[in-house]
Amino acid sequence: MIKGKFIDNLPKIYGIYTGGFLAFIILMAIAEQMGMDAKTIGVCFVAFTVGIYALIGWLSRTIQVDAYYVAGRQVPTVFNGMATAADWMSGASFVAMAGGIYFGGYTYMAFLVGWTGGYILVSSLLAPYLRKFGCYTVPDFIGTRYGGSLARFCAVVVLVLASFTYVTAQINATGTIASRALGIPFELGVWVGLISILLCSMLGGMRAVTWTQVAQYIVLIVAYLLPVFWMSNKNGFGFFPHLMLGDEVGRIADLEAQFGLIKNSAADIAAAGVPAGLGYISNPHSEVPAGGMAAWKFISLAICMMVGTASLPHILMRYFTTPSVKSARKSVAWSLFFIFLLYSSAPMLATLSKLQLMDPSLATGIIGRSIADVQALEWVQNWSAAKQVFIADFNGDGVLQLNEWFMRGDVVVLATPEVAGLPYVISGLVAAGGMAAAMSTADGLVLAIANALSHDLYFKIIDPKADVAKRLIVARVLLVIIGAAGAYIASMRITSILGAVAWAFDFAMSGLFFPLVLGVWWKRANRAGAIAGMVLGLAAGTAYLIYVGPKFMAQTPWLGIDHLRFGIIGAPVSLIAMVVVSLMTDAPDKATQAMVDEVRIPSGKTILSNK
Amino acid sequence: MSNKEKHWEKTRGLMWTTLAIWFFFGYVVFMFGESINSASFLGYPLAYYMCAQGSLIAFVVLLFWFANKQEAIDEEFGFAEKEDE
Repeated sequence: MIKGKFIDNLPKIYGIYTGGFLAFIILMAIAEQMGMDAKTIGVCFVAFTVGIYALIGWLSRTIQVDAYYVAGRQVPTVFNGMATAADWMSGASFVAMAGGIYFGGYTYMAFLVGWTGGYILVSSLLAPYLRKFGCYTVPDFIGTRYGGSLARFCAVVVLVLASFTYVTAQINATGTIASRALGIPFELGVWVGLISILLCSMLGGMRAVTWTQVAQYIVLIVAYLLPVFWMSNKNGFGFFPHLMLGDEVGRIADLEAQFGLIKNSAADIAAAGVPAGLGYISNPHSEVPAGGMAAWKFISLAICMMVGTASLPHILMRYFTTPSVKSARKSVAWSLFFIFLLYSSAPMLATLSKLQLMDPSLATGIIGRSIADVQALEWVQNWSAAKQVFIADFNGDGVLQLNEWFMRGDVVVLATPEVAGLPYVISGLVAAGGMAAAMSTADGLVLAIANALSHDLYFKIIDPKADVAKRLIVARVLLVIIGAAGAYIASMRITSILGAVAWAFDFAMSGLFFPLVLGVWWKRANRAGAIAGMVLGLAAGTAYLIYVGPKFMAQTPWLGIDHLRFGIIGAPVSLIAMVVVSLMTDAPDKATQAMVDEVRIPSGKTILSNK
Repeated sequence: MSNKEKHWEKTRGLMWTTLAIWFFFGYVVFMFGESINSASFLGYPLAYYMCAQGSLIAFVVLLFWFANKQEAIDEEFGFAEKEDE
């Protein structure tokens, strides 16, 4: 099925797939009307979609190195854009982002800007050049450009550290969703999630991951957009929410003024027994906080996320799979377009779900109602039982105030359809979407780590004589080991989803950004400089994380640079170390300089195919 | 100056232009978030709009523009790839 012709038929194949998925949704809706219960619908959604991914993974199995590592370099521009968007949008983007905006308002939206703006750096500084290079992995570029096993090894270390931090959060999210949808304990859900992830990647490597990611993108975007549009229309807020929620944003500001944004003391929260991880609204939705410090915190977070984006290997390696340098560039643009469809909807979803809870004139409004009434609502009972929402009557008046309603951020996405009174089929769809988002990112990450270890560490450093069959077996064994390690750590619930995700960006930018960029843009950069840049950048960033990290030394951050932003310390150290050490040591040899010249022009063969 | 050097000079110029536009929509707008938020666009406060949609749209448009510009530069100096998808 997947040979030559498959590529030409892609629009048709995925068109049929999308039609089939929509038909499945309708079928489920009919089944719901006929009395199928909520739990069965949830199980059907997750089982059906995961089954499809596994089927794609099986059909894409391969025993060729090129197909395994870079999908044969024949993924068309637009499809690679979709695959990258799925690779990029993690469980955190899908499940936690709208919740973050719900609680954090404007301040949190620095993530939106940061997680999109980074693609400008990817396209203008890196992706086309790495594609021309023709490498299989990101450390492959570092190792060849700077030469020597040590530089390659350092790049592998940074890659593993950043990606592994990220992957545990994804497996965690997969487990959370699987456990809810299938009604199994979280610890078991994590392992179910892992098996689903491995089904997609083990047999076909990058080729299988690419085609499942396209399928996962379609599921996740339908699952995200459908409830947003439906809710907006149902409540009469406007048929196209993105263009029409201006009044609603204004209404939230009025209601905030009316109810008052009260901050609870930590002692009150502890005394009331609010479960860990639940938040309440105490930040304005659309108001910009006053002062230069607030602006700096917004901008510094955006910097970390943008520069981190351009250094994350699982994203960069997606552009190794395009047929040409030119299509790599176009593909970055398409990626961001597909990402934009979801990201621009997250604030709309946050607005809709906030207003439907806050506005007393809506049937769904709960703030200002009597607590006994609210506790009688079915969805409140369901989510209270799962310790996802909580009511604490601080002033004892029996009426629910804004600061007395506690909720987990994830609930904004997962429960909003239920709150709005949409049919349960939508909740099932959302669960399938969240599962797709978390799985697709986990796939990309696990593959990035396993490929770096099998190609760079095993093949290039340990056993350069290994034959193809042996290399691919090693790659697959590593895939399983890394996935299992990630699942094991996730099942111990060490860190919250988002803290860990931001760290991955900071690790990547501290260690990899300047060695990658200067490798293309500064001919004088040499091996000693690159090693110094990676080692000192990562060391400085990590040291600072330990210094300010709330779970470590928890010292007062300098200039508001907290543990989410430690890349602000790491990356400049990396730059300075790299430039100083490069200039103190000899310039790279003629052959290396010629190689850099060659990387800079799109035409001709890839660098590695000439060697 | 050789053909390659001229090509690289133009490529570098485009890179800096792209990054300047990126810097404006990514950071400059939000340095003044507090003051521009009293203005409104489509009924949204302006700074809120920019981080919810405005800057994101600007980034998408910028990427397509950049890709086309760079293709034109590559063609001008004869470095465009021959075989195409």
